[in-house]
Parts: sequence; C-alpha cells; structure tokens
Amino acid sequence: MILSVARTHLARLRRDSAGFVLSFVVPIVFFSIFTVVFGGGGRSGSSMVVRLAVVDQDQSEMSRRYAEALGKHRNLSILPAPDASQGGALAATEQAIRKGALPAAIVFPQGFGAQTLAGGDSAPSPSVVLLVDSASNPFAAPVLSRVLEQIAVAQRLQPEPAAVATAQVEEKLLKIETRDLLGAGKENPWIALSAAGLGVMFLFFTTSTAGGAIIDEADNGTLERILCTRVGMTRLLMGKMVYLSGLATVQLSVMFIWGALFFGLPLRGHVTGFLVMTVVTSLAASAFGLVLAAACRTRTQLTAISNLAVLVMSALGGSLYPRFLMPEFIQKLGLLTLNAWALDGFVKVFWRDESVLMLWPQVLVLTCAAAMLLFVARRLATRWEAF
Amino acid sequence: MSEAQAVDPAMLPVDIRDVSKKFAARQALDGIRLTMQPGESLGLLGPNGAGKSTLIRAIAGLRRPDSGEIRVFGHPAGGAQAKACLGYVPQELALYPILSPRENLLAFGRYQGLRGAALEAAVERGLRWTGLEERRNDKSGSLSGGMRRRLNMAAGAIHDPRLFLLDEPTVGVDPQSRERIYDMIGEMRQQGVSLIYTSHYMEEVERLCDRIAIIDHGRIIASGTRQELVSQTVGERQMLQMDCGAPLPPPLQERLAPWSAMVEGQCVRVAVEKPADDMRALLDLFHAHQVPVRNLNLSSPTLESVFLHLTGKELRE
Repeated sequence: MILSVARTHLARLRRDSAGFVLSFVVPIVFFSIFTVVFGGGGRSGSSMVVRLAVVDQDQSEMSRRYAEALGKHRNLSILPAPDASQGGALAATEQAIRKGALPAAIVFPQGFGAQTLAGGDSAPSPSVVLLVDSASNPFAAPVLSRVLEQIAVAQRLQPEPAAVATAQVEEKLLKIETRDLLGAGKENPWIALSAAGLGVMFLFFTTSTAGGAIIDEADNGTLERILCTRVGMTRLLMGKMVYLSGLATVQLSVMFIWGALFFGLPLRGHVTGFLVMTVVTSLAASAFGLVLAAACRTRTQLTAISNLAVLVMSALGGSLYPRFLMPEFIQKLGLLTLNAWALDGFVKVFWRDESVLMLWPQVLVLTCAAAMLLFVARRLATRWEAF
Repeated sequence: MSEAQAVDPAMLPVDIRDVSKKFAARQALDGIRLTMQPGESLGLLGPNGAGKSTLIRAIAGLRRPDSGEIRVFGHPAGGAQAKACLGYVPQELALYPILSPRENLLAFGRYQGLRGAALEAAVERGLRWTGLEERRNDKSGSLSGGMRRRLNMAAGAIHDPRLFLLDEPTVGVDPQSRERIYDMIGEMRQQGVSLIYTSHYMEEVERLCDRIAIIDHGRIIASGTRQELVSQTVGERQMLQMDCGAPLPPPLQERLAPWSAMVEGQCVRVAVEKPADDMRALLDLFHAHQVPVRNLNLSSPTLESVFLHLTGKELRE
C-alpha cells in the first residue's frame, strides 16, 4: 500500500512533465550559479578581490613602488582615481566613495617617501591613509591593511634581505590611518542592509506564491466565472497587482518596524525614502509574481520556477551575499536583477543618507520593470481567455 | 426558425448561426444553429463529450467559434453587453471555499458591478434563494455538496441575468438537494428568465425545459418539445421489454421481424401500438417456440428511447 501511494504520486509528477524536469534542473542550476557567484567560477579559488583607487600625492620613488606593488597584487583591482581638478585629489576621492562610485582608496600623502627612507627607530613611521566605505565592502580595510604591511615588509627587506620577524617591524614600517567615510558614527549600520536584503527576497517569494492564486482559480473554474463578469482579464490582473503590492508593502514595513523596535534599525529619519523604495519594490515584485503565475501551467511548476528565479535573483542581486564580494562581471550581471536595484535604493536611504530625489534611478528602473512585467503577464494571460 | 423571424433580434436570448468549433482533431461543435425565444427554457441533452459544455461556454463568450456567429439579446457573445445580460453556472464549484457564502456572493456581485444597497439586497436575495441564510458566515468549503451547488447557482445569478446558463448544475447532488435546485430554477422561470440547461439526465430536462435539443458529436440532431421529439422519432408506441429464460432460436427471431424487435442476448425490446393484443400475441409466439418469458416490462416512450433511436446508443454511454 505504501508503495502504491508513492507510485500514484510518481505518476502525477510524470504527468506534469515541466514540473518533473524542473525538480531536477532547479537544484543543478542553482548550485552552478552559487558556485560562480561565491566561488569565482570554480577556477580562481575563493580569493576576494578588492577594488580601489590609488591616490599618490607624494609622487616619490617610494610611493610609485608601493603603487606598482599594489597594482600587481592578485587580490586587488586598481580603479582610476577620481578627477582631482576641483578641491584636490583627496577630497575628490572621498566624495566618490561617499557617492558609492568608488569602494575604497589608498592615499599616499606628501612626505610618504621621505618618511619611509628616513628609517631608524626614532623616525616617525610613514603614514598611509585608507579611505573605505564599510557598507560597500567591510572587508576592504583589513585586506588592504594586510596587503600594505606585506608590501612594506618587502620594501624594507629588499636592500638587506635579513631574516626579520615581520610582526616585530610592521608597526614601525608603516602607519595606516583608516577612515570609514560612511559607516563611522552609525548605530547598527548593518541592520538596515540585512533587513532590506532579506526583506526584498521574501517579498518576491510572497508575491510569486500569492500570484499563483490565478492558477487555482483557473483549475477550479472560478477564473471562467470571473471572465464572464464585467471584470475582464486586464482588470483582474490590475486588481491582483494592487493586492499583491499592498501585501508586499505591509510585509516589508512590518519587517523594518520590527527591526526598528528590537534591533535599533534607524527607520526614524528615513521614513520617506523607505516608503518610496518599498512601494516601487513592491510594485516590481508584484508584477514579477504575476508573470511567473501567468507563465506556469501548474502550482508545481510555479513553485519550482519561482524558487529558482527568486533565489538566483537574490544571489546575484545581493540579498543573500553582498555584491561587492562577487567577481566584477557577476556584480554587473546583478544589475539585471530587481533585487540589486532595490537594495541599491535602500543603501542610498539608510547608509548614504541621500535625499529622496537621489533615488530616481532606482525608482525609474523598478517602476519601468513593473510596467513591463505587467505587460508581459497580460500577454501570457491571454491563454486563459476565449480560445 | 419561423418564430425567430417574428421577434426583434434584440429580444432573442440566444441566436446561434452555423457555429463550428474544433479542438485539435476533435470537432466539438459542428454547424450549430439554434434560436431561443424570450422566457424559453431550453434543455441541451447529450452524453458526455457531445459538445454541450463547449456550446454553453461559447454562448458565455468563453470559447471563440472557428466560424459562425452567436448573439445574446442581439449583442455579440463575449462582449460586455452580452456578458451583462447572462449568468453562467459552470459544472465546477467555482467558488472561493475559504470565503463564506455571503462573502462569495459579495465578491461576485461586485464583479458584476453591483455596489452599496443594491449589492447588499442582491446578496440577501441570493442567501434566501439558496436557503443558506443560517450558514451565511460559515466557510463555503464546509458546506454540503448540495449547498455548495446552490451557492454556485446564486453566484451566477447575483446580478439578475435575463439569460441563465446552467451547465449540469445537479452533478453529484443528492435527490433532496436536487429537488431544491429544481425549485430554484422554477422560481427563475416564473420570473421570465430564459434558461439553457445542460444535462445528461433526461428526467431533469423533461421536467425543467420547454424545449429540448439533443446534441451529439457537436451537432444538434433533433429539437422540439418532448412530445414532438417522441412523435418525430419513435412515435407514440409503447416499449415492451421481455426477459427470456433461454436464447432466442433463429426461427423465433424471424417471426419477430414485423415488430422491429431489438434482440440483445436473452432480452427483446419491441415497440407495440396495442399493448394488450400485441403482448398476448408475443407470449403465444414465444410459447410456441418453447422460450420461457420470465419478465415483462411495458413503458411509454422516453427521451432515452428518442436518443437511442437517433444515435443508436444509450444516453449515458
């Protein structure tokens, strides 16, 4: 009897051939994408690459040697320094980091080379300034410090390659001043980003599951009855969009309020920006849920495809794992996901304290995506209409 | 249809002209022509897969004919004006089981454009009509099958349609609930609502409908009142069924030929005009051939006989 029950379910699964295939394909696809995103494609190991700019105010032989060594380091990717025509190189670099255009920078101030060459126990250690944004990459500061220390030891040992205990000389070799331009002074800075990342991911799960109600309605005949009324398919989808968007907005709001009450999430002072991002994200997530529901023939298909789509989007878009830790091409690929745009918006609101007006790229992209997805859902839904 | 020409086309509940519909290789509707008169109750009778549901869905605008035209009170089927005139009750229990009867009726009333007091009044009327006033706030999924069937009907009639399409509304319903449904339909007929009622239960169709259209393989093979159908096909002769205790020898079968007898194993069916005389003659004949007759059953012609005559198969095949 037990086997009979199992056989019946197997027969049902075989009848739903798409669901049958997806149940095997989804884990493989998901595994592959996670391997590429988090493991560097399985070729280059899991070494993290820190992207940074090098600002050489010293222009000395020593600073050039440091810059050259930084450029050759396999864990670093050197970006062009910002245009320093206005306000000096340091100010321009700080501004770029504050805006999110640059994740980190190493500044060799004037006199760096001279301090390095002075040597001796009584001479002051040469200073290097590390400019970082711990929201964009919390690992940038420790990684860059470690790399600079390695370079300093190497530079020191070059003329006299005696065995020197690295730990003993590090402090004297280089003084590293780290300035966290955005994270410093913030309370519980990661809470908002964590809430946004997880919240957006669950928003997509919620809307794709709730959007599947139309499949149930089609199965039990309710959809046919509705289509016999004054509610046509377009109005039906619009009505579902309103419901799903409202549901998603409330869901995300509850999550952030919970975070504010119990985990110190800085919601107060960011309410307007939060609401703007929540509404546009909810609209996009709702339209996404409707597209999936309209594309799938059965609940089994919907579950498999929505799990795959939401988890892949969340992985690429930064909901599960910070995008700055991903290979650069994956970071760019992430911009094809709704999660990435939503999270970028929440980062602007909660981390960069940017005004609501500065959210226009995210609002524009998410609103257009919602409109396009709704259009696609409407086209797909024609299969339920008179045929 | 000569009557149709006498009535303003905008008054005709349904006017179907040469409608055909094919699904892949299967011809679901094949040149259907049908006109209904205002207030008429039309029964669509046919076996499963005959095309009844496809036809009713086409009238409701849920299936698009490959050719031909369907008009509902003069409006093309599927258009907003046609939809506003008709109520549709699908075979399935097309309800929200998690919602109460009242909430279901509110939902479908709103979908039909009802608001405020008109909506509340329609919902109350629906609850009274279905006899679900005391169960108004229970989950619909917890109601009995008969109750859900009645609610299914009320959801389709919430906006007082002029044409009511019922697709096998008594499937799986116990006799008591079925009577209740017949009463509900009777009330609608009294109000002058035109009805199309599909079923493969001939007794339902005989009881509820003014006119019957027999449909098979997507074609209407006969239509008319019960009497018209009977007289056009099997006539008013009664059917005598004889169950024998032994196989019929060939000489006896030859002697039965003038009666147009249908022989199936040890069972013989004969259409008789003078039951008493014919029965006596037949019993003598069987006795002469030493074939015992164990059971005799005399019945008036039914739609079943009509259907058997027209298609050569039982209605429920």
